[in-house]
Amino acid sequence: MDYSQFLFMKQEIALLVVFLLVFFYDTFASKKALNALSGITCVLFGIYTVASFLPCVTGANATAFSGMYETSPIIAMIKNVLNVGVLIVLIQSVNWANNESTSVRRGEFYELLLVTLFGMYLMISARHFLLFIIGLESASLPLAAMVAFDKKRYESHEASIKYILTAVFSSAILMMGLSFVYGLSGSLYFSQVGGAIAAASSPMLICALAFVIAGVGFKLSLVPFHLWTADVYQGAPTPVTSYLSVISKGSAAFAFLVIMVQCFSAVYAQAWEWMLYALIILTITVGNLFAIRQRNMKRFLAFSSVSQAGYIMLGIIAMNAMGLAAMVYYILVYVFSNLAAFGVIQAIENNTGKVDMDDYRGLSKTNPKLSFAMMLAMFSLAGIPPFAGFFSKFFIFTSAINQGSIAIYVLVLIALINTIISLYYYLLVVKAMYISDEKPAIETFKSSFTDRLGLIVTVAGIILLGVVSVVYNHILTLAEHSSLF
Amino acid sequence: MLFDNILIYFVLIPMLMLAGVALCRNIKQIRAVAVVGSTALIALSVYLVADFLKAPVETAVDGMYHYSSWKWFTAQGLNINLTVGVDGVSVAMLLLSSIILFTGSFASWTIAQPKAFFLWLILLSIGVFGFFITIDLFAMFMFYEVALIPMYLLIGVWGSGNKNYSAMKLTLMLMGGSAFLMLGLIGIYYHSSADGHYTWNLLEIARNNAISTGWQYFLFPMTFVGFGVLGAMFPFHTWSPDGHASAPTAVSMLHAGVLMKLGGYGCFRVAMYLMPEAANDLAWIFLILTGISVVYGAFSACVQTDLKYINAYSSVSHCGLVLFAILMLNTTAMTGAVMQMLSHGLMTALFFALIGMIYGRTHTRDITKMGGMMKIMPYLAVCYVIAGMASLGLPGLSGFVAEMTIFVGSFQQGMADYLAGGGSLRLVFTIIACCSIVITAVYILRVVGKLLFGPVQDKHHLELTDATWWERLSTATLIVCVAAIGCFPNFFEHLIRGTFNPELFRAIAMNF
Repeated sequence: MDYSQFLFMKQEIALLVVFLLVFFYDTFASKKALNALSGITCVLFGIYTVASFLPCVTGANATAFSGMYETSPIIAMIKNVLNVGVLIVLIQSVNWANNESTSVRRGEFYELLLVTLFGMYLMISARHFLLFIIGLESASLPLAAMVAFDKKRYESHEASIKYILTAVFSSAILMMGLSFVYGLSGSLYFSQVGGAIAAASSPMLICALAFVIAGVGFKLSLVPFHLWTADVYQGAPTPVTSYLSVISKGSAAFAFLVIMVQCFSAVYAQAWEWMLYALIILTITVGNLFAIRQRNMKRFLAFSSVSQAGYIMLGIIAMNAMGLAAMVYYILVYVFSNLAAFGVIQAIENNTGKVDMDDYRGLSKTNPKLSFAMMLAMFSLAGIPPFAGFFSKFFIFTSAINQGSIAIYVLVLIALINTIISLYYYLLVVKAMYISDEKPAIETFKSSFTDRLGLIVTVAGIILLGVVSVVYNHILTLAEHSSLF
Repeated sequence: MLFDNILIYFVLIPMLMLAGVALCRNIKQIRAVAVVGSTALIALSVYLVADFLKAPVETAVDGMYHYSSWKWFTAQGLNINLTVGVDGVSVAMLLLSSIILFTGSFASWTIAQPKAFFLWLILLSIGVFGFFITIDLFAMFMFYEVALIPMYLLIGVWGSGNKNYSAMKLTLMLMGGSAFLMLGLIGIYYHSSADGHYTWNLLEIARNNAISTGWQYFLFPMTFVGFGVLGAMFPFHTWSPDGHASAPTAVSMLHAGVLMKLGGYGCFRVAMYLMPEAANDLAWIFLILTGISVVYGAFSACVQTDLKYINAYSSVSHCGLVLFAILMLNTTAMTGAVMQMLSHGLMTALFFALIGMIYGRTHTRDITKMGGMMKIMPYLAVCYVIAGMASLGLPGLSGFVAEMTIFVGSFQQGMADYLAGGGSLRLVFTIIACCSIVITAVYILRVVGKLLFGPVQDKHHLELTDATWWERLSTATLIVCVAAIGCFPNFFEHLIRGTFNPELFRAIAMNF
């Protein structure tokens, strides 16, 4: 075997180095020196994030291990998007990680987080289902431990059990589907599966597709596989929730697109176009309708993220570079918007312990800056210009309509009507903060430096990512040169 | 270069105002920024009008002056440029918007939380100005939505009455309209060219003329209804009375005066300009709907007792007339429609300013609880009478000019249709719509009689004062403008008429 192939995995290796440094520091540093662990992790990961944008990392276009692993500029890009998200999550979690009950175990939190990120890298780069499953498992099992991180909170345990059961269950379903795929094509390499399936359209293929889509659908929390989402989001510690909602979802969405394009594109119209349509309509509509009634902010964002996953799926429909670019861009914008919302929730939870929407009444009078950040996050999630969310929604709809059939117009119309429903519940938060006349439930407090830093970064992203067209143009150029299509 | 084009400054000045207001420490500085900025905008639009009138025709691209295009999201497959250009109608609309912004700033002289209020108001005006200068579907749509969302907070925070309900209803209905609009625009993009080089540029789409009639039948209603919601077209007008009644004064002024014009402007600039076949074939559906708006709005205004509701329903009626005239597809009627936009914008802003000033003193808008205002606050009362006369179409004021042009054009077209054997729908609806003039007189004179000349209802009202200097300035400016249109209609007609040249506007040519 040619060991130089490992050099293609630049981002994975760099991440591994960061992980090992954190791990050794956590293991061998004195108790006093451990206080610096959060800062060190943030700085190390920050350096890695910046470095991974360098052209020598992103430029390569290569496959390794006889085609099991692939990297290309757009793949490096989605990993960088996830890195940026993780960096923000890390910055936002410093306050929580350093508090009394978690500080003894914060090293584990960082290590588990980096391991899951490594798993997601593998999911994204895998071109063989075995490697994909390894990535998927190492991305989901450590997350169960992270969900249970608040040892003394009952809900955290409940959420963890729910998460691990669904994760294992969905993996089982996925593997069942993969065994069908293997039976149909005689291979687990994406390229060979794609070639073999082009000829066959059988009931077995439909079964295989249904199982594969359901298995990944659990990860993405598409309706009807979303039932774990709200409970887990609510129960998990807030940094873990924000990690789950953006990073885990973003990586699964990209991996899903790769699998569908590379393995099943030949039977798109015959076999799974209608499955995708039905899933998207269900996901967006059910997610939105359930979000309206939520009073707990974390549950509220859980259902909002369910419906956002439906919009992300629209990027697959076009099956071309434009859709891919729109999806990566959507994930990027979604990372910033959702993390801004979670940043505010976290700052308020850390300082006052309150997470209900009713507690946010009159927030603009006591904490104007926090409520401003929250309002921008809500506008961006709802797709209001000039914020980034508008551009990402517009591009993903445009890319979907590129497909051209009447059915897609109907689908996009349903999605658009759903954006109005989502606008309603996002405005409920704005209304609570700005319009409600009741006495504010939360007193003025000064949020910590890291909380503010995280919010400044996300708010700047929300304002700039859309209007400054360089970002999207860059992603689209990368997508056009990808070997996916 | 971006800054070589004069039109960019219509967005740049409000952005500077935004930054200026954000840095202000007290209300005086905020007022100064608002007044200086909006004066600069008026100066800029006056200069643009003068420049437009003497600009040689050769400098125009398909009738659009100051045409420029900059790359924006231009990677392949998504050919989005920022394209600007103005013709007579946009120039007139820019002038209207800057006048209303100027007077609106004076009308909100003593508003609570001035900083946040002006930030949102200026953001709204960025949307409005941006919409009128761009001729690129993506940029137009973006600015259109930028103009809508500040309404939610402006009504929700500074409004009165049932503000929570009204703000949410207005926002959701308008955004619902824009959902249809977005689908329509993306659809137009994918049919904008026969050879696969799709474009969002209005002029190029019109030049390519590649949208098949079948697709037009689908895309035309989407865009027309999308914009029509903001133009208060029946049955999508219900946001308007509630929204206007709850909004603070300056917001009502800007919203009824300018924002509702975005609807009518979009209807002809996008829907009818790009899809002439569908515009001709489907006009009858919307003609019926807008005909209903005109009459129904006027009748509804007759039975209201809240001053703002009366004026809001009268806006539904007058804005219905704008869309009605556009659908006549006749140069005269369409010129009248734009005159009506200008006239209604100024006059309704005047109305809402006066109502706000009266409400600020009496703390009621119920006409049954007020009376004898002519004795108590003569200046405001006289202004109210002038606004009323303009609204019911007294010669010498703007309403007469606009309505006269519309009805002459509509009748012409109706007769032409009838004589050519094209049915009598246009004729019948022109006659029905004409009735609205009489109904308008009923509700205007009812209010004038009751509110201004009736007996004083409440003794406390006798102690109220007349207008302050900033209120006088705001109303006087509007009255001068209303009278200017009424006295010099030729000037404005000359400005507007070029847009509805059948050679440029294929829908009109097709109608003959």
